[in-house]
Amino acid sequence: MIALALPAQDSGTFTPPGIEELHLPAIIPWGAAEGFSKQMLLVILSVVIIATFFVIAARKQQLVPGKLQFAGEAAYSFVRNGIAKDIIGGRDFMKYVPLLFSLFFFILVNNIYGAIPLIQLPTFSHVGGAYVMAAIVYVTWIGIGIKRNGLKYFKLATVPSGVPFYILPIVVPIEIISNFLVRPVTHSLRLFATMLAGHLIVMISGAGIEFLVMQESVLLKGASVLVLGGAIAMYMLEALIMVLQAYVFTLLTAIYIEGALHADSH
Amino acid sequence: MNQAIISAATEGGTNPLVPNPWEMLVVFAGFALLMFIVVKYVVPMFEKTFAERAEAIEGGIAKAEKAQAEASAALEEYKQQLTEARTEANRIREEARAEGAQILAELKEKAAAESARITAQAHTQIESERQAAVVSLRAEVGTLATTLASRIVGEALSDDARSARVVDRFLADLENQNAGVAK
Repeated sequence: MIALALPAQDSGTFTPPGIEELHLPAIIPWGAAEGFSKQMLLVILSVVIIATFFVIAARKQQLVPGKLQFAGEAAYSFVRNGIAKDIIGGRDFMKYVPLLFSLFFFILVNNIYGAIPLIQLPTFSHVGGAYVMAAIVYVTWIGIGIKRNGLKYFKLATVPSGVPFYILPIVVPIEIISNFLVRPVTHSLRLFATMLAGHLIVMISGAGIEFLVMQESVLLKGASVLVLGGAIAMYMLEALIMVLQAYVFTLLTAIYIEGALHADSH
Repeated sequence: MNQAIISAATEGGTNPLVPNPWEMLVVFAGFALLMFIVVKYVVPMFEKTFAERAEAIEGGIAKAEKAQAEASAALEEYKQQLTEARTEANRIREEARAEGAQILAELKEKAAAESARITAQAHTQIESERQAAVVSLRAEVGTLATTLASRIVGEALSDDARSARVVDRFLADLENQNAGVAK
């Protein structure tokens, strides 16, 4: 009974699932280790979902919107007004709405995968996607800063005004490290780590429930109910974090862009 | 148990911070495609709808304001017309009253004149009738008296001229007598 249900372990010890569980076998393998993985399929699916939904919602262009159009407009306005307009400001925020909008919904859908049964795999629990997203944002805001202020931008971004000259040797390296080195790393790892941790927690809860149910002792079997309660709570928390991280990622992008646009006034 | 974990980690050889380049490529391509669709279709369509809606609302407000202005202008005009009509009515009534009074006065005047005329005519007629009566009386009294006297005297007073003289004298005496009595 035990050996059939849990092939990787005997009934006495509990081996939690590790990070390697996140790397499912490739759907279409090529090369030695890499192939067309579930993540890749999910990324493509997310593009299809987002593009289809918003193109259909926006297509009718009625002045009095229907349900679908209203939902699309509310979602679009959330990013347009709630993030872009509020953070970047009234004059030139429109230029950055497409980027922020795409970022938010791309990350949101790819995160929400983790809360959908059967799919249950947030794309950004693999670090590659998070690196790519953060890199796009990194290049974008530095590009905006240089375009606005020329090469003087690097001085504006690293030398704060109004600081006594004898503190500058300390402040300037800190600014360089925090703005140009730490920023992209935290930006990507924040997203990746929360998704990875959330996925691991859900997996461990699942494995733990399975392990407890398989025990001979009735008490241990009963304890699985507690773990189930905890697992549901963690699942809800994860769902919240999935949405929150998409929002945080987009919000930080808007803040970085705003900082690059108005480097001379910071 | 610890051994199991360690062995799993080393066997899998998966450092979570090392990315899979193919996945990075797919994410990049997917995001680029999404950005393209969003820039090309989604944002312009939503912005167009928003702009049209704002325009429709502003246009509606402008239209409503115009309609209200027109309505108040019409109301003002109607009020003015009403006032004018009232003034006109008052004027006509006053005129009618004045005219009525004038007509009444004219009629009264006319009636008075008529009555005066009738009275005067009556006076003249009475006077002329009296004159006629006096003349005929005089003639008749003369004839009667002559006839009476001739009867009494028994003599035909054929001489008309003489008898007429006698009668005239008699009458004059009579009038004088009357006048004397009256005195």
